[in-house]
Amino acid sequence: MTSRIGVVTFPGSLDDRDAARAIRAAGGDPIALWHGDADLPDVAAVILPGGFSYGDYLRCGAIARFAPIMEQIIARANDGMPVLGICNGFQILCESHLLPGALTRNDHLHFICRDQRLRIESTNTSWTSDFTAGQEIVIPLKNGEGGYIADDATLDILESEGRVVATYVGPNPNGSRRAIAGITNARGNVVGIMPHPEHAIEALTGPTTDGLPFFTSVLTSLLASR
Amino acid sequence: MSLDTVSSATAHPESAQPFAELGLKPDEFQSIREILGRRPTSSELAMYSVMWSEHCSYKSSKVHLRQFGEKKPAEGWPQLLVGIGENAGVVDIGDGWAVTFKVESHNHPSYVEPYQGAATGIGGIVRDILSMGARPIAVMDPLRFGPADAPDTRRVLPGVISGIGGYGNCLGLPNIGGEVVFDASYLGNPLVNALCIGALRHDEIHLASAKGIGNLVVLYGARTGGDGIGGVSVLASETFSEGGPTKRPSVQVGDPFMEKLLIECTLEVLHAGLVEGIQDLGGAGISCATSELASNGEGGMHVWLDRVLLRDPTLSPEEILMSESQERMCAIVTPADLDAFMAICQKWEVEAVVIGEVNASGRLTVEWHGEQIVDVPPRSVAHDGPVYSRPMQRPAYLDALQADAPDRLARPATVEEVRSTLLTLIASPNLASKSWITNQYDRYVLGNTVLAQPEDSGMVRVDEVTGRGVAVSTDCNGRFAKLDPYNGAKLALAEAYRNVGVTGAVPLAVTNCLNFGSPEDPEVMWQFAEAARGLADGCLELNIPVTGGNVSFYNQTGTTAILPTPVVGVLGVIEDVTKRTSIAWSEGDVIFQLGETRDEFAGSEWAHVMHGHLGGLPPKVDLAAEIALAGVCADGLGWFHAAHDISDGGLLIALAEMALLSGVGAQLEPTGDLFVWSFAESTARAVVSVAVEDVQRLTALCSSQGVALQRLGVVAGDRLDLGGPIVTIAELREAHEATIPALFG
Repeated sequence: MTSRIGVVTFPGSLDDRDAARAIRAAGGDPIALWHGDADLPDVAAVILPGGFSYGDYLRCGAIARFAPIMEQIIARANDGMPVLGICNGFQILCESHLLPGALTRNDHLHFICRDQRLRIESTNTSWTSDFTAGQEIVIPLKNGEGGYIADDATLDILESEGRVVATYVGPNPNGSRRAIAGITNARGNVVGIMPHPEHAIEALTGPTTDGLPFFTSVLTSLLASR
Repeated sequence: MSLDTVSSATAHPESAQPFAELGLKPDEFQSIREILGRRPTSSELAMYSVMWSEHCSYKSSKVHLRQFGEKKPAEGWPQLLVGIGENAGVVDIGDGWAVTFKVESHNHPSYVEPYQGAATGIGGIVRDILSMGARPIAVMDPLRFGPADAPDTRRVLPGVISGIGGYGNCLGLPNIGGEVVFDASYLGNPLVNALCIGALRHDEIHLASAKGIGNLVVLYGARTGGDGIGGVSVLASETFSEGGPTKRPSVQVGDPFMEKLLIECTLEVLHAGLVEGIQDLGGAGISCATSELASNGEGGMHVWLDRVLLRDPTLSPEEILMSESQERMCAIVTPADLDAFMAICQKWEVEAVVIGEVNASGRLTVEWHGEQIVDVPPRSVAHDGPVYSRPMQRPAYLDALQADAPDRLARPATVEEVRSTLLTLIASPNLASKSWITNQYDRYVLGNTVLAQPEDSGMVRVDEVTGRGVAVSTDCNGRFAKLDPYNGAKLALAEAYRNVGVTGAVPLAVTNCLNFGSPEDPEVMWQFAEAARGLADGCLELNIPVTGGNVSFYNQTGTTAILPTPVVGVLGVIEDVTKRTSIAWSEGDVIFQLGETRDEFAGSEWAHVMHGHLGGLPPKVDLAAEIALAGVCADGLGWFHAAHDISDGGLLIALAEMALLSGVGAQLEPTGDLFVWSFAESTARAVVSVAVEDVQRLTALCSSQGVALQRLGVVAGDRLDLGGPIVTIAELREAHEATIPALFG
């Protein structure tokens, strides 16, 4: 089961097929998960994909966090199961309190879609171990509410504990505090990232293949923990 | 107001009726009375008024649009699986795959309320594609606005862009291209056209027909509200008058989240085989869906209108029949399949209700709480509306306009002046980078986007295993169409065809959105007829069929019409998208021009930007040369490093765009008159770059295909070196990228 990775489809999820494709490209088996199911099938890790779950109504991720399947995902994540939240998935992880802080409206108030340069700040997570620390990558960024925000104390803790996973290189695309593009929890199994690694797994359709190590990393870490 | 029933219409035959307020002419009202043998009920009047509107009935354009079906090769079009007339045509792209694509206008709503107008334009075209049984795979938006610096453009453009992004991004469809064009004639009449492409297997095609007596009519999706009542008759079929009452209540309001659920739910019921016929609800809402389904099927249908789920319980039956509330679909389902159908709707949290039943009566009957309020022959509503052969007249101004050739305009005389003209042109709103706009659209979602703006075509992969894909481009130079509508339409077709061809895809099919002024103006009607004739003739010459399209009339304020704007979309197939040709060249490539340059400047960007001039005859159309050029580009798959269509702004603009995208400059070797070489807009031309070792191969290929070949230079360095004046890529980039953000950012 170490290669079975679940991808949750909420009403309004958009990048679920892309996440499944990325898992396959990395050598894993994507398992489709439905938001309304209370039972989590036999999976070793879970991806919460990008999109507009519940139309982003109320607040991005605020409704999805209460989906029946989230109860077990939250419990398993607290037990160490790797969970990756991409874009809307990152927002859901923050709303679920698996990660601190929140994502707010881009400071320029426009949706932005562009190829974004990032620096991988931490390789001590289930999802970034196949990178080298300090490595710069280019993957698509596309969001309307991608500005990461937390209080100074939380930001200091994230930085001092090495829990900032990736930062934006060059002009800050959305007003994220301390140019944060992604963070992890204390254990390193839960990662939220605003840009989209699943859109950078083949040169034909993405700007690069720089996103692929996110998906190979989790397979590596699952094998290692067997 | 008391309920107007069929029996009260018979009992009180002479009650006054507001047909004129609903957009019907006196003779049209009289025809309805003749069809029914009595006065219509108020509900029947509502249905006829929306269905006989210009937007739904094509009453002024029908006699001209017939050519698209009639002008065809003796053996027909082998690639056409479903022809013109359905929601969208379906084209065979090989390997059991088919695609459907269509472009529609949402011009008038987008002027009144830019965000919602543009958003619901996307929603509507996506449902059109969905109702053919296809999964929507990409969208594109051909847009036209007034002058970039006009205050009203600053109101309309940002709203339209946010609406397209806000709706399209939330639907999860990549936006892979389109156009943004500015011209004074569009001030007060912006053109917001939306195109959607869908893919399906051959055996998944569904049609809008209500077959099978006893089958049920299910309305599902969003609830019906009071928005968009009479949108097609009030908004899209009349000229805006200054100082008139606000038309905002006629604009629909969109909910993209609901549309996303509707897409997934619809695809699931289709794939489960639970649908006998399907129709989207767009213009004219329930009136359109029920009458078209009945008319295309057994011919009879009974509807219990009071079962329709409402957002506003105070709506009258007339309003429910006319409402254009978004995100609704109508399916014909057998009684045996109903529970399974409802279960899938419930899974996606989509509300659904049975509102009617197919019968053998030959009539469309509607009841409201037990009282009959509609009893009509459905064909008379859906298909047998009025048809007009409107008077046409060649515009009185045309001779003088065509005689005013651009030859008298001052041309740059020195190499230094050519350099500064290049920098001015590339910074002008029509040629400037549109990335500020396209960066607000998601081009990555679904993971199959191979080419997107600023490439010549958008290209998406359809089959992830074989790499089979499609390329689509939309184009139109309205200035050419003003100078000569017949050839202007052919030029739009030629450009879209070329843009698809240069990527290496093989053009297969055509869609169009014909945007014109008032059909009641004989000079506009002449422009329309000429453009339709040109497009039909051009398609026959290129051997690709029109599969569908849309007509938008009344794009004028007062007596001033827009430039005639027949937007043409061409779709091509490519067997292996990994081999496609981009416009980005590589260091060391040898650059060539394919095709011939002539001294042609009428309607050009140069005449427009540098002199504000429009006159003369547009560039020569040579569709045989376009076929040869596309053939060469298809043969170049895999070894052409880059190919780029030469059109707006001419060769030097094309070269600058290639340098900007790839970040590498070129050492150029201009020949002949430097000005003509740089900026002429002769057609059937492309820039191609190949590796040094492939130069012989290119020469042989072009000579065998009869395509002229001219060496332009080599790819090198960080500048365009014209053998004298030098423009660095940094200078070009600054000029190219600053304009649009400065105006709208």
